[in-house]
Amino acid sequence: MKKEALDDLSQVIPGDRMFLDLAERYCYSYDASFGEYLPEIVVQPKNAEEISEVVKLANTHKIPVYPRGSGTSLSGGPLPVKGGMVLDMTLLRDKLIIDRENMLAIVSPGVITANIHKKAEEAGLFYPPDPSSSNVATIGGNLLENSSGPKGLKYGTTKEYVIGLEVVTPTGEIIRTGGKTVKNVTGYDLTRLIVGSEGTLGIVTEAIIRLIPKPLSKQTFVAHFNHLIDSGHAITSILSSGILPSALELMDNACIRAVESYRPSGLPLQAEAILIIEIDGHPLAIEEEINKCADICRTEGASYVKIAETEEERQTIWSARKLVSPAITQMGPTKISEDATVPRNQIPAMMEKLNNIREKYGLNLVVFGHAGDGNLHPNIITDKRNITEMKKVELAVSEIFEAAIELGGTLSGEHGIGTLKSPYMEMELGITGVNMMKKIKEAWDPNNILNPGKIFPDKGQTKVVLVT
Amino acid sequence: MNLPVKPNETNTAVQNLYSDAYDWTNQCVKCGYCLPACPTYESMGVESASPRGRINLVKMAAEGKIDFQKDLAEPIDLCLGCRACETACPVGVPYGHILEAAKEAVENSPSANQKNKMTKIKKLALVHLFPYPKRMNRIGSAVHLYQKTGLSKLIRTSNVLQKVSPALAHLEQALPAIESSSKRIRTGTIMPAKGETKLKVAFFAGCIMDSMMSRINRLTIELLNIAGCEVILPENQNCCGALHSHQGETKQAKALAKRNIQAFMQSDSDVIVNNAGGCGASLIEYGHLLADDHEWAGAAKDFSEKSKDISQILYQLGPLPFTEEWQGIVSYQDSCHLRNVQKVQKEPRLLLQSIPGVSYVEMEGFDRCCASGGIYNLLHFDESMKILDEKMKNLKETKATTIVTVNPGCQMQMSIGIQREGAANQMKSMHLVEILAKACGLD
Ligand SMILES: Cc1cc2nc3c(=O)[nH]c(=O)nc-3n(C[C@H](O)[C@H](O)[C@H](O)COP(=O)(O)OP(=O)(O)OC[C@H]3O[C@@H](n4cnc5c(N)ncnc54)[C@H](O)[C@@H]3O)c2cc1C
Ligand code: SF4
Ligand code: SF4
Repeated sequence: MKKEALDDLSQVIPGDRMFLDLAERYCYSYDASFGEYLPEIVVQPKNAEEISEVVKLANTHKIPVYPRGSGTSLSGGPLPVKGGMVLDMTLLRDKLIIDRENMLAIVSPGVITANIHKKAEEAGLFYPPDPSSSNVATIGGNLLENSSGPKGLKYGTTKEYVIGLEVVTPTGEIIRTGGKTVKNVTGYDLTRLIVGSEGTLGIVTEAIIRLIPKPLSKQTFVAHFNHLIDSGHAITSILSSGILPSALELMDNACIRAVESYRPSGLPLQAEAILIIEIDGHPLAIEEEINKCADICRTEGASYVKIAETEEERQTIWSARKLVSPAITQMGPTKISEDATVPRNQIPAMMEKLNNIREKYGLNLVVFGHAGDGNLHPNIITDKRNITEMKKVELAVSEIFEAAIELGGTLSGEHGIGTLKSPYMEMELGITGVNMMKKIKEAWDPNNILNPGKIFPDKGQTKVVLVT
Repeated sequence: MNLPVKPNETNTAVQNLYSDAYDWTNQCVKCGYCLPACPTYESMGVESASPRGRINLVKMAAEGKIDFQKDLAEPIDLCLGCRACETACPVGVPYGHILEAAKEAVENSPSANQKNKMTKIKKLALVHLFPYPKRMNRIGSAVHLYQKTGLSKLIRTSNVLQKVSPALAHLEQALPAIESSSKRIRTGTIMPAKGETKLKVAFFAGCIMDSMMSRINRLTIELLNIAGCEVILPENQNCCGALHSHQGETKQAKALAKRNIQAFMQSDSDVIVNNAGGCGASLIEYGHLLADDHEWAGAAKDFSEKSKDISQILYQLGPLPFTEEWQGIVSYQDSCHLRNVQKVQKEPRLLLQSIPGVSYVEMEGFDRCCASGGIYNLLHFDESMKILDEKMKNLKETKATTIVTVNPGCQMQMSIGIQREGAANQMKSMHLVEILAKACGLD
């Protein structure tokens, strides 16, 4: 980093929040995905004004700026791929106001999402988006990745809840978008544009998010299927029966086996799929709905159906699903976690294709996910030190995306594009589609300062490169 | 084919770290689940003070990308070793082992110059003091004399220590009243059970516990006796070696472990009981410490399996014959090594709740390290106090008048916290054994 740039920066940020030493820089060189990129400097701002100044300086000195929350991105979002500066947003965490009358929360971007869940609940309210990283991830990271989880099916993703933002633009101005009203059609919807932009269009410094009343109660059941195709039919029948579960999760046979060998809990090893279905709402309504869903599963050929009668039984059902991640990491040190998403009636077809890919390349590939909204997580477990296998993984990953898009789906349901999926953007959007997006980026960020190297592929890049 | 990640360094420290810890560090998937559990990440707010950051730095060091002294030493040194991160980790990364390997590598790396090496006091204590029960006892007696003669009062009122070192001054005030050595139980003695003998117990006295807190040791034995234990205090036992492993002095830790194994295996007992969370954690890890030592591995494993915390035994044999009512609200601060390494959480709580008259209130953040961390509070006074002050806020919320711990370090640290709050009149910190003994009419 040039001396003038550093001198200028030290006018804005005190020395104890600016790091040049190798140790700290290495500590911000990764996220939960893949790859290691050493930043030249790490800066911890405390408010919008500081960020605005820093970004202006970055434009003057042409230093790339990489905003970062808790670094749990699975797509490489905060990685400083072009060096430059990592802007650690975790110190911006002082505001978490619950406005009960307006059913809103006003939050700083570094607030941990689980704290919003907790505070909202204390006020009898509910913030539905619930990525499984919510105990760690920041609301800023959630917003910029448009995160969601099992509840996406009924309640939608983060973008459905964000109605106003304070943003530092890529050129360093501070603007506000949207506001405190749920209805707002004044001009372009910049809020929506920024949410999910993966930190390429602005740095969020405050957000206003909508809360809804907390559902009165919930019920859960689990169904085992000997044939995957039957579970697919059960999903579509439930969704077309007029019932909207709050979660509808699927685990394939490889997952079941992984969980069983990690922590034996009596899961059916012969089953090709397990569905976990949760319904929330008024106690009387959900009683009727849960029984109806269970009946549908039986009709569609479930070999076993169990409705949880106590909270403990409910936890047991969910624990199988929660153990998937730790269980599969026992199978190898490197986990490539995808989130290709298809229209829900294509789930059986997608599972079929994933099966073929697994067999073709002989890889450790397991599938689980939010079946209700077609958001599947094919995970390949491997060892990045095994180059021959990694080359196969690259090919398999390409085929997974092709399969999803062929079936009318999308590259990413919740993890974002980042560095890992950018080569496939044209496949889904076409050249013109990508170019329209690029024009927005160029107009907002003429110096390409903010999070360069993400979403858009480098020239000539057509597939992911995991090892070189 | 595998990538040649093994560093081409001739540097043996790098090579050693690579062979000891590299695979462990590779188990980390960088999910960050450990971040919310880590007290130093919370208080310092930088990734290098987080478990995920530290693990990555160890990995970088093993790959030869960063320097042991310049880059790795400080982040590793600032870790409390509380191992809360291990309990939070969904994939079971063995952080404790990584930490110890890193400490050893830092201590022994060629770039370690004398200034960065263990400070003189640390070395003096570790090498020449803790391993020698007689020397420790002499210190214990000296402190007893110091307290009895009124010299301590003089020093306190004159404030000289405060000027020399605030860390030492705090510690001095937190020191418990030490019993005269005449009350100390000699090793080799067998103390029979009161009534029927339900269990034969060998008691691990510990170095600091034995010298500075012999009163707690005496009460521990008396409690065991009334609970139905025959207690033996094996001869030739010595310091558990925890502080040595934590400071990267693995060789010495192994030597101490072997001496203890020898001492205890000769005594014919069902269990080996200790009353200090930190020592206990080290005892149950002898199996791991000596796993590669063919001659000792088996005995070490047996020793570890037999080692139990006092709360486990008292709970197992309970209920205790209480004779007195306790007044007021009691809260419990987990000792990290008891909670996270030995995984003992419920027994101390159940024992406290069983005392007549106790109203037990759980404190927010009970599972967070109090930042005593061995001698962390001496080496990193400011960082330690930041974490402690947070804890005291939570403690005050409970309105507790007694805060109970099962580790001498934690107990002293809580005393320091109480002093810092100026709450010495309303609140006190006690070892679990002390409060139980009091309620049983011992003492
Ligand atoms: C074990 C595990 C489980 C996960 N489960 C889910 C899940 O169920 N659903 C899901 O959707 N995701 C999931 N994720 C992915 C990840 O947790 C989410 O993408 C999360 O939103 C990232 O938040 P973060 O604070 O870690 O942000 P980071 O990873 O640090 O950053 C994410 C992106 O946001 C940008 N950014 C961060 N803060 C700001 C800001 N204030 N202004 C501008 N840009 C910013 C970064 O530049 C980057 O592009 C999971 C990850 C892990 C490791
Ligand atoms: S929780 Fe475990 S795997 Fe996740 S970052 Fe921490 S140590 Fe690594
Ligand atoms: S041992 Fe304690 S202080 Fe050290 S990294 Fe783990 S949680 Fe943090």
